[in-house]
Amino acid sequence: MADELVTPEKFFLSRFGMNENALERTLGSALQRKADYADLYFEYRAAEGLSLEESIVNHTSKSVSQGVGVRVCAEDRTGYAYSDEVTVDRMRLAAETACAIADSRSDYRPAVQVGQPVRRHTLYELDSTPLDVPLEERAQLLKRIDEVARSFDPRIRNVMASFAAELKLVMIVNSEGQLAADVQPLSRLNVSVIAEEGKNRQIGVYGGGGRVDWRYFFEQERWKEFTLRAARQAIVNLDAVEAPAGEMVVVLGPGWPGILLHEAVGHGLEGDFNRKGVSAFANRIGQQVASTLCTVVDDGTLPNRRGSLNVDDEGTPTSRTVLIEKGILRGYLQDRLNARLMKMAPTGNGRRESFAHAPMPRMTNTFMLPGDSTPEEIIRSVKRGLYAVSFGGGQVDITNGKFVFSASEAYLIEDGAVTRPVKGATLIGNGPDVLTRVSMVGNDLALDSGIGTCGKDGQSVPVGVGLPTIRIDGITVGGTRA
Amino acid sequence: MDQFDQALAPWVVDQARRHGASAVEVMLVSAESITVGVRLGEVEKLKSSRERRLGLRVFVDHASANASTAEFERASLDQFIQNTVTMARLTAPDPFSGLPEPDRQARDLCDLELTDSRGIIAADEALKLARAAEKAALGADPRIRNSEGGDFHSGFYSVLFANSNGFVGEYSASSYNLAVAPIAQSDDGRMQQGYWYSAGRHFHTLDDPESIGKTAAHRALRRLGARKIKTTRAPVVFDPDMAASLLRAFAGAASGPSVYKGASFLIGQLGHQVMSANVTIHDDGRMLGGLGSRPFDGEGLPTNRKIVVEKGVLKTYLLDCYSARKLKLEPTGNASRGVGEAPGVSPTNFYLEPGPYTPEQVIGSVKRGLYVTELIGFGVNSVTGDYSRGAGGLWIEDGQLVFPVQEITIAGNLKEMFMSIEMIANDLRWRSAIVAPTIKISEMMIAGE
Repeated sequence: MADELVTPEKFFLSRFGMNENALERTLGSALQRKADYADLYFEYRAAEGLSLEESIVNHTSKSVSQGVGVRVCAEDRTGYAYSDEVTVDRMRLAAETACAIADSRSDYRPAVQVGQPVRRHTLYELDSTPLDVPLEERAQLLKRIDEVARSFDPRIRNVMASFAAELKLVMIVNSEGQLAADVQPLSRLNVSVIAEEGKNRQIGVYGGGGRVDWRYFFEQERWKEFTLRAARQAIVNLDAVEAPAGEMVVVLGPGWPGILLHEAVGHGLEGDFNRKGVSAFANRIGQQVASTLCTVVDDGTLPNRRGSLNVDDEGTPTSRTVLIEKGILRGYLQDRLNARLMKMAPTGNGRRESFAHAPMPRMTNTFMLPGDSTPEEIIRSVKRGLYAVSFGGGQVDITNGKFVFSASEAYLIEDGAVTRPVKGATLIGNGPDVLTRVSMVGNDLALDSGIGTCGKDGQSVPVGVGLPTIRIDGITVGGTRA
Repeated sequence: MDQFDQALAPWVVDQARRHGASAVEVMLVSAESITVGVRLGEVEKLKSSRERRLGLRVFVDHASANASTAEFERASLDQFIQNTVTMARLTAPDPFSGLPEPDRQARDLCDLELTDSRGIIAADEALKLARAAEKAALGADPRIRNSEGGDFHSGFYSVLFANSNGFVGEYSASSYNLAVAPIAQSDDGRMQQGYWYSAGRHFHTLDDPESIGKTAAHRALRRLGARKIKTTRAPVVFDPDMAASLLRAFAGAASGPSVYKGASFLIGQLGHQVMSANVTIHDDGRMLGGLGSRPFDGEGLPTNRKIVVEKGVLKTYLLDCYSARKLKLEPTGNASRGVGEAPGVSPTNFYLEPGPYTPEQVIGSVKRGLYVTELIGFGVNSVTGDYSRGAGGLWIEDGQLVFPVQEITIAGNLKEMFMSIEMIANDLRWRSAIVAPTIKISEMMIAGE
């Protein structure tokens, strides 16, 4: 499908035997009542996966899905209907269903004229798609991972490794005549290792990927690094002691601990929650919500990143949005609907899981800019605290601002030195003030390795996070030791 | 709702065999739904969906591959089948994989009353219900000043499953869900959300919209003024939904794949005391109208009623055929199946048997402790049982709920937590497929200030 990778809009038009006239007529049906906006979202997605457990690559899977979603917006109302059969008749039916949200027509609206495709970024132009790899070659890699992990330490009892790759083609056409299309590759390698010593059993997990092809995993032997990190984490956790309980100084390591930002501030700054006034951050633009050391951005334009997109799922090119600048709240993440209602500009953050879902404001890659401290200085500054380097998932209650994220690899800091590993523990804080307690920011900004998936209102989308090493002067650690 | 083309599944099986498959499974799923949402009395969203997918697993001896598609046109389907068989040939053989032995397959596909003849509720009526629920919430108290809205969802799906050993089974199920999320605000501007819902396979079993709205409002209001408390050890009472979340974690650890991978704290515990002696847990796939009911599991085995934990003793794991073979046990009819995915394991209707106390008696027994009504985050490690989650709820002093608390965590280890379930209330209600009554755990670490 080489041509389609360059001009994906042609792929859809030829695959579904459609022309611009059919798109214009469908949008006409969608706008037959008093609507402000309508769009069509075409999607074709092919995904492949394989996994290894107990040293056998015994699972392979492939799925292909395609469909079209029709959305109609009228004031703050959204009508959405979709079909996995992409025909002119089905599209008209979906358009008629979706437009029921709007009041009956009273004014005249000129017919939609579809224009030239929107210029998109070129953030992940690949020579080959992530799917163009022989199954044997992938299976071979998983077996190497199994061997490398097992030879790391005799206490490794089991290794689970999986590789998932997808290629998604999308085309968005809207009632303003804009047409945007994109080809979105996504790959991910995951390694879980279980270590056992007597009755003590621990797990280590690591992985990574992005909008990259197969070669990415071999550059700098990334596959090996992922494997060794997972194995090491499992072995380290065999010696973990009980985590402390209560409020204390916490140092977060670089990279994936940036999930702090995603939960503590990112969700709370999504346009929909702020338009409705249900976020703890509502009406706080211009106010101090973090220490002056903190500048936080959401950037969908980083090459090859898991959270990046050439255009968002409404056809808007993605951008870099400053959320917090030197501690001051600056901006929200917007899709078209919420931007229009809040009289702001869309930021390229309108995203959706698939054609079966209406878009919402979502994050892309959310991270904090680096500061001046070295990581060593930061750790040395702590008399007693926690140093957390790896995390599982997190969650936030956007209305009261309380958020959690759970450490899966953490250590005690005693008298300025990292000492014993501690068991996993959940950290809980208050989004609008946790960053005011950031007293040191490292010069070692790192983005995560490409494993994040964010869930909101039942929709999952790939995201990225990043953080330099930071010191937080007080956050509650949910350990078991008083 | 379109009927499945009855000739399709046998055709797929035949084609797969023609392309060299030694065994085949086909799953056809068709789903339709309408969701409406209102916010502050006005219509906010209307979503209509309709999907059909075909899932396929083929074996070439002991090697297998899974695939799914939404293209039903015969020529492209044939190509899809051929590709899947090729993929299986390239996969490593696994001696434990394979279809269920034919004599295990379900024969009596009894009617479990999973469908409601009302089918999908039209948008107009659905909007009325969502509005009524939200209105009741907004009208409950002047401090309810905002809302994330009220939603009504109705869906209908059909599943047809067939394999090359002659199994063919089909069932349909409807589902209805009414939910509302009002927001309470105190004079200092701080906000708290309340959320409540009712769900069922039959429309008439839903709670009335007014009571859902009032409950949601009550849940938001009682959180106002929540504060952090000092770090302490204390008894923790879990409300029914929070107790059900512990049961979900337990079901995950008791599932065959977790056990054979070495990723469960329940390894080697079959026949052992894993919970306190007052706990009995059932898994009932045959409950009439149950949200977790199905006549056959994801591999065509009959579902059943069984005791998973009896007086604290673990009687069985939850097993599909693969994990049962790995563990040298019998499958339990708990295979679950996503379209085009290998079988997984899930409980059916999974519940903790109610006890003798009222929830008030359970709370009343606590001198100083926590009543948990909210849990957030993913801090449950099913390998070790280590448990640490963000919590919110109400503080208990001398058996009374005295003030709301938030920004705290509760932590322990599931093995110890289950062994120290001290009291079980009588308030079991079927709100989802996994349910529990109010329970009290004798002590946990609560981290706060």
